[in-house]
Amino acid sequence: MTALHIAILSPLAFAFLIPLLAKYVRRIHTGWFVLILPALLFIYFLRMIGMSANGKTLIAELAWIPSFGINFTAYVDGLGLLFALLITGIGSLVVLYSIYYLSKEREQLGSFYVYLLMFMGAMLGVVLVDNVIVLYVFWELTSISSFLLIGYWYKREKSRYGATKSMLITIFGGLALLGGFILLYIMTGSFSIRSMVSQTDIILSHDLFIPALVLILIGAFTKSAQFPFYIWLPDAMEAPTPVSAYLHSATMVKAGIYLVARFTPIFAFSEVWFWVVSITGLITLFWGSFNAVKQTDLKSILAFSTVSQLGMIMSMLGIGSAALHYNHFEYYLVSIIAAIFHLINHATFKGSLFMAVGIIDHETGTRDIRKLGGLMTIMPITFTITLIGAFSMAGLPPFNGFLSKEMFFTSVLRISEFNLFHVSTWGPLFPILGWTGSVFTFIYSMVLLFKTFTGKYQPEKLEKPAHEAPLGMLISPVILGSLVVIFFFFPNILSYRIIAPAAESIMPHLLAGNETFKVKLEGWHGFSSPELHMTIGVVVLGILAYLTLTKWKKIYRLFPEKLTLNTLYDRTLYGLEKSSNKVTRTYMTGFLRDYLVYVFLFFIMMIGGSLVLTGGFSFDMKGNAEIGAYELVLSAVIIAATLTTIVAKSRLTAIIGLGVIGYTIALFFVIFRAPDLALTQLIIETISVSLFLLCFYHLPKLSFKPRTVKFKVTNVVVSIGVGAVVTLVALAANSQHTLNSISSYFIENSYKLGGGHNIVNVILVDFRGFDTLFEITVLVIAALGIYGMIRLRLEKRGEEQ
Amino acid sequence: MEVLMAFIVGFLFMAATYLMLSKSLLRVIIGTAVLSHGVHLLLLTMGGLKKGAPPILNEEAASYVDPLPQALILTAIVIAFGVTSFLLVMAFRAYQELKVDDMDQMRGNDQHE
Repeated sequence: MTALHIAILSPLAFAFLIPLLAKYVRRIHTGWFVLILPALLFIYFLRMIGMSANGKTLIAELAWIPSFGINFTAYVDGLGLLFALLITGIGSLVVLYSIYYLSKEREQLGSFYVYLLMFMGAMLGVVLVDNVIVLYVFWELTSISSFLLIGYWYKREKSRYGATKSMLITIFGGLALLGGFILLYIMTGSFSIRSMVSQTDIILSHDLFIPALVLILIGAFTKSAQFPFYIWLPDAMEAPTPVSAYLHSATMVKAGIYLVARFTPIFAFSEVWFWVVSITGLITLFWGSFNAVKQTDLKSILAFSTVSQLGMIMSMLGIGSAALHYNHFEYYLVSIIAAIFHLINHATFKGSLFMAVGIIDHETGTRDIRKLGGLMTIMPITFTITLIGAFSMAGLPPFNGFLSKEMFFTSVLRISEFNLFHVSTWGPLFPILGWTGSVFTFIYSMVLLFKTFTGKYQPEKLEKPAHEAPLGMLISPVILGSLVVIFFFFPNILSYRIIAPAAESIMPHLLAGNETFKVKLEGWHGFSSPELHMTIGVVVLGILAYLTLTKWKKIYRLFPEKLTLNTLYDRTLYGLEKSSNKVTRTYMTGFLRDYLVYVFLFFIMMIGGSLVLTGGFSFDMKGNAEIGAYELVLSAVIIAATLTTIVAKSRLTAIIGLGVIGYTIALFFVIFRAPDLALTQLIIETISVSLFLLCFYHLPKLSFKPRTVKFKVTNVVVSIGVGAVVTLVALAANSQHTLNSISSYFIENSYKLGGGHNIVNVILVDFRGFDTLFEITVLVIAALGIYGMIRLRLEKRGEEQ
Repeated sequence: MEVLMAFIVGFLFMAATYLMLSKSLLRVIIGTAVLSHGVHLLLLTMGGLKKGAPPILNEEAASYVDPLPQALILTAIVIAFGVTSFLLVMAFRAYQELKVDDMDQMRGNDQHE
């Protein structure tokens, strides 16, 4: 247990303290205690930047299940550290914000902070472990804590719906991920990611490569809300806003990005990876931004915007894999750097935007842009924050989104020159999709900003009169907003210390020995650069489109509601439930007969089938006893008696038939030299028959009217099948005596050891006395049961009371 | 002999299955009784039906029949008896409470409540 392990597990451990604090220290908002931890962790991780900037990594082992090779190996490299900083940094700001957002009196703060800390610990675990199984454990813990947080206001139906939806989708992906990890283990024999990376050539040539790739990508895409799995994210907006800001913009949804980045060294040489990751990302980028424009709820806009931005990061990770195929890789490496840079930028501006929207919601009581307007003068600070965030999101200078968007354009332009993997055919698709996506991004950013803050103030539509938020609530978004500006003017404070080490962990194959990447972010490409022209195009077209929005917004109505993915999801769930209900109802009929038919059919098919298929049947008369006249007579009697029992119309006949069978069997026992059996059988048959008579006296006439001929035929067929299988098994078993009986021991030692002449009795009470003991127990239980059934009348007693 | 017994056992099993598949609860119980007869006979047959003295020493016999299956059957007879009588009383009580003997009317699922 090193300091690093403690750091990862501390949020989980601290979560145990929270309920106590929430219960006993009621005067102080619980959030203040929580705030200490992420702040300390942030400082702890900040101090590692120097180490990681020098190209060094930190590894700490902790044995968990060593016999299976599952160890809690904490591993800090550039990529992990970047995520750890985001998680703890934004985590601190979100906790600070939530202190002012959530009321001390009205909300259950204990559960909120327990879930939040659980999430934080899980997320740190995801990004800082080397063992895939441990990673998976933390991965599922993020899904579970996210489920709990989305359903925080569990009395609202929509919260529960959103929580269930996100749970189902992310757990589905999580299970796929586990499958992928296990396939990787089969290929490499190791659960360690570092060791997998060193065996990339084995994995690449293995048959399981594609299945593993697909499964891992499903895991990453579901978590990161990529097309078509993005549908859970807009519904997750039912969570409290600090949760949306933290989980659904800055951290959890980036777990999928992290996973793709982490496994890039293993999979990125493949053409499939390049196409799937970059095209899914671009489609998500376009589709998310396209859909964001039509939303009227501020958080829905931000949700779709998150989907779109995650798609952009994902596509850049896919495109960046092209760098592996060239000697002068720097030309394509720009996408990887852009992905990392945009990851940071997105976390800053999206976090601040969510917080700003939360403030608007908190201070006006609504998030509907149709009710909002003219808040610019009323809420100037919130307006400034939103402006910074929205302009950065739209990719305008002087905000950091501009830089990463320019780099995004650079990478999509360069990839259309790429001449591997048949890119030349589809190459133009990349810049076109990217560019149109950016136009829509611009439009919804403007909608978000201007519909809320400009126009007419409509106090009559608001639940409470709008006013500026308290100072404490503004601290976090102001910090994030200033980072947005700072990263624009001084992007290189990030580049050497954070982005370059992260790029090195994503693309380790490009480096030999102690080499490091030289990352320098350029704020200005010059007037002639095509990226700048693209941005100008985005702005011009975006402004035109925004101004004419009311005219062309109708096209969204052209897309029928029935064809949306949400409808598909809802119908699939509904259909699954209904059809499984239907299937269950068809075979779980409630009739004993049907179940017996299943049991017997299974018996026939399994026993008979395996007898036939394995060729187990044999027939051998050798060593059989001769058939005597008595046996023949008795056989005829038993068959006649059985037939009588079957066809009997009255119960008396049936009982007599049954009695005849029993007594004939006793006679068989006599003939086959079993005196004790004959004795017992005679007595027991007598008692049974009298019992039958006793009970049947009270029962109605034996009626047997088969409903249909088919009913009877099934019964006959099944019965004959069972009889035939038993006969065949008996014949086969009788013909294959392989070992001698152990009874010679009993015969020899019955008198010597047991002191008895009757060997059967000696076996019963001496050699195998335990059987007899429990057989007596069975009888006692049966007797007690019968007594209880006759004497106890619980139902009636209840009525009397 | 064993071949003949195998067929008799098969026949008993067939009859038992047929009875157990019927609608009347009493027939089902008779079916289980027939089934236990079939099983006992099968046990005895599988132990080998070679002629020999009954398994009681001091008869000056050269060989005895196998005593182990007999001990097993004895146990099985008693247990089957216990179970059959329990079932019988249960059927009796069920009839007293529900006034039906038809298995189809005894379906225990939500449609009946």
